[in-house]
Amino acid sequence: MTVREALNSALDEEMSADSKVFLMGEEVGEYQGAYKISKGLLEKYGPERVLDTPITEAGFTGIGVGAAYYGLKPVVEFMTFNFAMQAIDHIINSAAKTNYMSAGQISVPIVFRGPNGAAAGVGAQHSQCYAAWYGSCPGLKVLAPYSSEDARGLLKAAVRDPDPVVFLENELLYGESFPVSAEALDSSFCIPIGKAKIEREGKDVTITAFSKMVGSALKAAEILAKEGISAEIINLRSIRPLDRATINASVRKTNRLVTVEEGFPQHGVGAEICISVIEEIFEYLDAPVERIAGADVPMPYAANLERMALPQVEDIVRAAKRTSYQISLNGFQLLSLIKHIFEVRLRI
Amino acid sequence: MYGQDAVWCPMNGQVLDFPGGKVAFTPEMRFISGSPVERAHCYRVLDENGQLTMSSKFKQVSEEIAVKMYSDMVTLQTMDAVFYEAQRQGRISFYATTVGEEAINIASAAALTIDDPVFPQYREPGVLLWRGFTLQEFASQCFGNKDDYGKGRQMPIHYGSNKHNYFTVAATIATQIPHAVGAAYSLKMDGKKACVITYFGDGGTSEGDFHAALNFAAVMEVPVIFFCRNNGWAISTPTSDQFRSDGVVVRGSAYGIRSIRVDGNDALAIYTAVNAAREMAISEQRPILIEALTYRVGHHSTSDDSTKYRPVDEIEWWSSARDPVARFRKWIESNGWWCSEDESELRKSARKQMLHAIQVAEKAEKPQVAELFTDVYNVPPSNLCEQEKLLRETMRRHPQDYPPDVPV
Repeated sequence: MTVREALNSALDEEMSADSKVFLMGEEVGEYQGAYKISKGLLEKYGPERVLDTPITEAGFTGIGVGAAYYGLKPVVEFMTFNFAMQAIDHIINSAAKTNYMSAGQISVPIVFRGPNGAAAGVGAQHSQCYAAWYGSCPGLKVLAPYSSEDARGLLKAAVRDPDPVVFLENELLYGESFPVSAEALDSSFCIPIGKAKIEREGKDVTITAFSKMVGSALKAAEILAKEGISAEIINLRSIRPLDRATINASVRKTNRLVTVEEGFPQHGVGAEICISVIEEIFEYLDAPVERIAGADVPMPYAANLERMALPQVEDIVRAAKRTSYQISLNGFQLLSLIKHIFEVRLRI
Repeated sequence: MYGQDAVWCPMNGQVLDFPGGKVAFTPEMRFISGSPVERAHCYRVLDENGQLTMSSKFKQVSEEIAVKMYSDMVTLQTMDAVFYEAQRQGRISFYATTVGEEAINIASAAALTIDDPVFPQYREPGVLLWRGFTLQEFASQCFGNKDDYGKGRQMPIHYGSNKHNYFTVAATIATQIPHAVGAAYSLKMDGKKACVITYFGDGGTSEGDFHAALNFAAVMEVPVIFFCRNNGWAISTPTSDQFRSDGVVVRGSAYGIRSIRVDGNDALAIYTAVNAAREMAISEQRPILIEALTYRVGHHSTSDDSTKYRPVDEIEWWSSARDPVARFRKWIESNGWWCSEDESELRKSARKQMLHAIQVAEKAEKPQVAELFTDVYNVPPSNLCEQEKLLRETMRRHPQDYPPDVPV
């Protein structure tokens, strides 16, 4: 099952289960979505529940929020999260804060979804990761699926959740196929929000990643395994709430940590994970945390430069080795120190 | 029919079938004027002396409703006066009055039902008052005590009450306008016989949200009333610096929305216009735009001194010659529904109730520490629970560093 089919089936099932759920956005109806995520939904649910909107992100996001205030459960599709910048006032000032500011009188059950992060060759204004932006805002829940199972289970959870959810998809993953368990195909399937998934167990180094970078981290783990380094890959799934418990448990075991994300390094998801580990289990770290992130520049268009601006599998491999090398070096140093002390004593 | 080529009509010249209807071609190159020869007319029922203007058509109001409308306008004035004084005495942090816009507040509310959701800006507390929100409830919000429905989380005047179908005031300008359209879509989906009303000022119409909301409402065909209180001033910005159109009413037709301009200081005109707007919005499932011409007699808020940027005699003229409350009083008096004894009794009792309300609100306990963390989410996530635990431990260890009036 592709991620696209997973998202489509999740929307279909949730719309079928609850008549309050409706989809709105640019091109979601007749055109079946810029990336065909809403394929077949207009035909099945009609134009009242699959709503093609005029082109104003600020407009349809505000209208979606208002519909959520008054009892509907909108799923607002952004053609890309880059365009949601125009609507960020409604996502943060309206959706994220209203339950709190109204003291629970107005809940905002809404999902904002669409592709996030870099696609391929679409330049600076179409290639940006918003995980850290939305991840810093109380009142929002922020999810980033990797596989088809993630996409199905998390989107279904997002639609059912009473709080506003920012759902960050990835354009390059839409066409990717993943095996899906029978359990995940059941219409009742749901993945709990706020729980990370150990994609691959390991004992030497923990690598955290989300969305497309989980795939890169898994590839890096293959390479590392051949060199005798056992990497544990954590698929964060949920950026907010962040599953600190799973990350901490893994680092307590491996004593080393590499964070991976496509977004900019400063104030990023990696920075948050790093400080969280330092605050809570600093004594378990045997090496400095390594942070792999996108380059600190707007995304260039040229393919060669674009590649340079994004984390590659080799970058993750090198970072994992650096953390492992530092500890073995420290061990070496420790041994030579002991040897040295012994030699001095022997001379005495 | 979309997509057809131009057809030749000998009688009318060439006509183009274009999305939206037929468009005639003309050999004359003429730009549509940006300023009309005559400004859009303003619907009025009562003149400055509270007398029915000749041949004015309006919706009749019963004695009971008229007296309640007047009483609520006076109560609103009293509430404003007492809260304004309380702010000046430093008892509350902030306040904004509705002075000059009492008729807009009360008459528009009177023309609606409790089933019609309200998406207010912040100068419409009279709508809540009309719906039965008590002076004590207003005071609890302004003092941010434990009885405040907002749990002390918002500045004074940011009221909200589910019970009264009145959505919590947002401090962001104009965001309520698209929210109203969304809520109206919800009403439409449910097939309810109700409409949404949203209020905003002249300044708010410059926000993108206003334009997006009007366009969407027209396209989505939803039952919503856009009520613009054009009071001439957005803090210190006069409407001449805000827009160059003939006010706000003309924007409606550009979006395909039926619109009307009314005298915002004439309670009967407002009542009649909102009543008709509601009827059309619901039965025809369409948005309506109302522009009420009025004046912000008070300062923008207690953070403002408007005499610094506008002439005092302008303020004086609007507050005396065009006072909407005095005008409506003259009308109910001429109907024999009101007399000076009623007047002094009402004003005395409103002030007494108001003073009592703020005394009670001031003495009431503040919200508990736990309320700092509730409602961020439906169920608090673990990091919030940890924060609360940490805060409580720190408060226990360093009580001197925390305000004594916060119940733990």
